Amino acid sequence: MTPMVDLFTLLLTFFILTATFRPQEAAPVDTPFSVSETPMMDNNVMTVLIAKDNKVFFNVDNGPDTILKFRPKILAEMGKRYNIEFTDDELRKFEKSGAGFGVSIQDMKAYLDARTADEKKVFEKGIPIDSADNQLALWILFARQVNPAVRTMIKGDAEVEFPVVKKVLDILQDKNVNRFNLITNLEKIQVTEAKTE
Amino acid sequence: MAEIIQEEKGKGGKKKPRKGDAHVDMTPMVDLMSLLITFFMLTAAFSKPKVMEIVLPEKIRKDEKVEPPKIAESRTLNIILGPDDKVFWYPGKADPAVTVLQETDFSATGIRQVLLDRNRALFKKIDDFEQKVLKGEIEIKQDSMQNAIKQLKKDDDTGPIVLIKAYKTSKYKNFVDIIDEMSIVGIARWTFTDISWIEENLVNAALGIAPVAQAPAK
Repeated sequence: MTPMVDLFTLLLTFFILTATFRPQEAAPVDTPFSVSETPMMDNNVMTVLIAKDNKVFFNVDNGPDTILKFRPKILAEMGKRYNIEFTDDELRKFEKSGAGFGVSIQDMKAYLDARTADEKKVFEKGIPIDSADNQLALWILFARQVNPAVRTMIKGDAEVEFPVVKKVLDILQDKNVNRFNLITNLEKIQVTEAKTE
Repeated sequence: MAEIIQEEKGKGGKKKPRKGDAHVDMTPMVDLMSLLITFFMLTAAFSKPKVMEIVLPEKIRKDEKVEPPKIAESRTLNIILGPDDKVFWYPGKADPAVTVLQETDFSATGIRQVLLDRNRALFKKIDDFEQKVLKGEIEIKQDSMQNAIKQLKKDDDTGPIVLIKAYKTSKYKNFVDIIDEMSIVGIARWTFTDISWIEENLVNAALGIAPVAQAPAK
């Protein structure tokens, strides 16, 4: 028994140490395939997520150091713009969750106060991106103000119709973001194919 | 699961004093550990998602008096992403009377071949360079290699200038695929632009839909 226990302990230690907990995605997204092999960066990242049903989600990280607390700062800025005061508790919840959200700022308070995932789901209607109330543009603006080093990721579902993606690209370009990273899955292709004369 | 040691009382009641093989029962610990291992194995995410970087040209705002850059017509290759994974392409400038869209697809013999035919010179240069590095004829660091390839692309003046446009019913997947083709074939100059009404009508005609797009009112 002892060798087995030894092995188990080793394995357990290995898995505990390598485990990186990823917050649950706001929406299931099947990313398209590409040959790009650049791995995704860990921090200084804002992600615009486009789900299959054309809902737009947004996510931004806390920065390379936990004391930076970028997320609550961005939320506070956003609240200021819409005259919504967030309590410390709500800001802390927002900081800790680390997950993407597809909630309009008007619903954000109720969304943060909701206790269960089912309750939260009700508010996930996607971030408004129409020109009348373009909240995505403001999120991008404040994310870049709070963290100038932030990089833009677009994580779209393979089956999303292009006009929605185009809209998101336009919003980003309006905010002078011209460099994007598209999140994809690695696809093995035969490079020899391209060498045919 | 702990061991239960039943003392045998029936036989004469003679208790033998146990000799020093006191052992700790490890079964519960092993149980717990295998559970934990299973949990961590299942939640572990080993592969990070990959990213593909694209840089789009800065938008020209309406109030700015900047002309969009002019490009040679002979080198221009227009690619229009259509519905159902179709790809249309035509060289040069769109002219409703003359331009005929060629239809192809995302297979290795489809759009890749079209691009490769036009980009052969540059592709060969990059390929030769990579081969030489592989064989050890050129010694260069990984970072400098990327830069060297970038420089090769920059110096290229024969390859196509690819303009990618997306028809309204195309999918995001197609967009990623076509950018992917650009990097596979090593296209030096490509960008993504809005589809014009002329092109939209050409695609409509190719799909058998009555032309609906109109010239924008000036």
